[in-house]
Amino acid sequence: MKFLVYFEVRDGQIKKASFETASAAKKIADEIGGETFGIIIGKDVSSIAKSAQKVGIKKIFVIEEESLSKISNSLYAKIIAEFTKEQGFDGVFFSATSQGKDLAPLTSGFSDFPYISDCTSLLIEDGKVTFVKPIYSGKGLLKQQAESGAKFVVSLRPNVFPLCEAPVEVEVEKISLKDYSSIKTAIVEDIEKGSQELLDVAEADIIISGGRGMKGPENFQMLKEVAKIVGGAMGASRAAVDSGWVPHAHQVGQTGKVVSPSLYIACGISGAIQHLAGMSSSKVIVAINKDKEAPIFNVATYGVIGDLFEVVPHLKEELKALKEQG
Amino acid sequence: MRIFCLIKHVRDTETKIKVVEDGKKLEFIGDNKIISPYDEFAVEEGLKIKEKFGGEVISLTLGDEDAIKSLRQAMAMGTDSSILINDPLFYNLDPLSTAKVIAKVLEKEQFDLILTGKHGVGDDNQAVSSMVASMLNVPVITVAVSLEIDGQTLKAKREIEGGFEVVSASMPAVVTCQKGLNEPRYPSLKGIMAAKKKEIKTLSAKDISIDHLSFNKGISFKGYLEPPPRPKGKIIEKDPKDAAKELVQLLHEEAKVL
Repeated sequence: MKFLVYFEVRDGQIKKASFETASAAKKIADEIGGETFGIIIGKDVSSIAKSAQKVGIKKIFVIEEESLSKISNSLYAKIIAEFTKEQGFDGVFFSATSQGKDLAPLTSGFSDFPYISDCTSLLIEDGKVTFVKPIYSGKGLLKQQAESGAKFVVSLRPNVFPLCEAPVEVEVEKISLKDYSSIKTAIVEDIEKGSQELLDVAEADIIISGGRGMKGPENFQMLKEVAKIVGGAMGASRAAVDSGWVPHAHQVGQTGKVVSPSLYIACGISGAIQHLAGMSSSKVIVAINKDKEAPIFNVATYGVIGDLFEVVPHLKEELKALKEQG
Repeated sequence: MRIFCLIKHVRDTETKIKVVEDGKKLEFIGDNKIISPYDEFAVEEGLKIKEKFGGEVISLTLGDEDAIKSLRQAMAMGTDSSILINDPLFYNLDPLSTAKVIAKVLEKEQFDLILTGKHGVGDDNQAVSSMVASMLNVPVITVAVSLEIDGQTLKAKREIEGGFEVVSASMPAVVTCQKGLNEPRYPSLKGIMAAKKKEIKTLSAKDISIDHLSFNKGISFKGYLEPPPRPKGKIIEKDPKDAAKELVQLLHEEAKVL
């Protein structure tokens, strides 16, 4: 089997999630005696392409043109789909980042390869590639398998698959861009960065979230400070977002973002099923809540029963002290 | 302006799920079905654009008889009419096949804009709208939190990790809507009454000349799994200072996540 991994570039670098995806693709390719290749699209990307070697990809294809400097989803996907068919790739891998979730279904549509989205586990069973993906925001999981000879497009959830470093010499091959002027595409004209001080919940390894128990927008400052100390992100429950205390980009849950950080700290969040669906695959969960009956304690690794307004300031001091110790 | 709103009839987000029959089936606890929450942003946006430019807003879904409830809901909000694509051949399709069916219907229609929710809750694929766009060869902007149109072009902001992309596209186009784009209106009593009289056109596989679909080509269903259970947690009930101290110690030494 031949797999192709799309390497996503942001701020002049390959995203960590792409390395995770490449590691996962390579792992299953190795298991069934297949090969994994990379593809990278944009302007001035061949210098970055070399960094793909760190996860053991031996060859990476580069499509580099002035006209590709602005991200153009349908055009990028058409390029990937055509290249995939030409070269006879069996599976195309994306990370389920905001760009990956945009490109993968388009690539599926253009190539007519079925799409399996947002996988959290990838394995070989009976010699076949097998996918596990959350449904109902993680309240259940769906297992599917590619029959022999089947082609597929798949996206893998970031922060779930381990990054396996296995440096090799990488060959970079430039591919020329064909005429795709008939493809109607959206174009990214500009990127607006949000607050630079904190990470996004979708990318953070540590998230501290607040819910209705935070009582008002001003109190989220305290969570921001904790997030800053640990280099994490600030999240929120739907209740806090719907009350207008925190922008929606912070919302974790079934109608927000589904996250799986190493550490999730829920402050004043009771744990409605929609919220649990969005965070219960986190490695370690801390709940801080006055109400010992709150459902959040059912999923908590460590549950602190107490008033968050008394516990969080101490938590902040303890974390600061720990970080200062190095 | 002719606008299509693609909606999906889904299980309420409060529904609990149990895996039964050795992973072959899901059992749902709480059987209420609703219009997928993000689709309400799509309907609202369609109505706002119609208010500004005039025209027609049509809600469309692929589903069974029960999906009529969600179409009525969209029409109660204000869409002018609906299309229900209903055929047993189309139940339980994978996203690519679903998109093929919808694209087949839309390719015969004149449209300026196709609006949908950013994803249908449940399957959580976030795929069909983009696939439809690829099949119709129109641009697609996904996860839009703002949208401006001048009649020929679109400018939108889409949510990405840690910020937004400012995206442009020509019309006709597909746009998928994210929370924050607008505040969906509640149907008025008058709207609900009016919705009962609005037209729902039903299309079968035969009506759209599809007699065969290679469902989820080459991808086979291997069962449902319960999410792995979480190990029983440790409760800390001490005065706040000691509780914080113990917690950080546990996170550092036992869980090793700090």
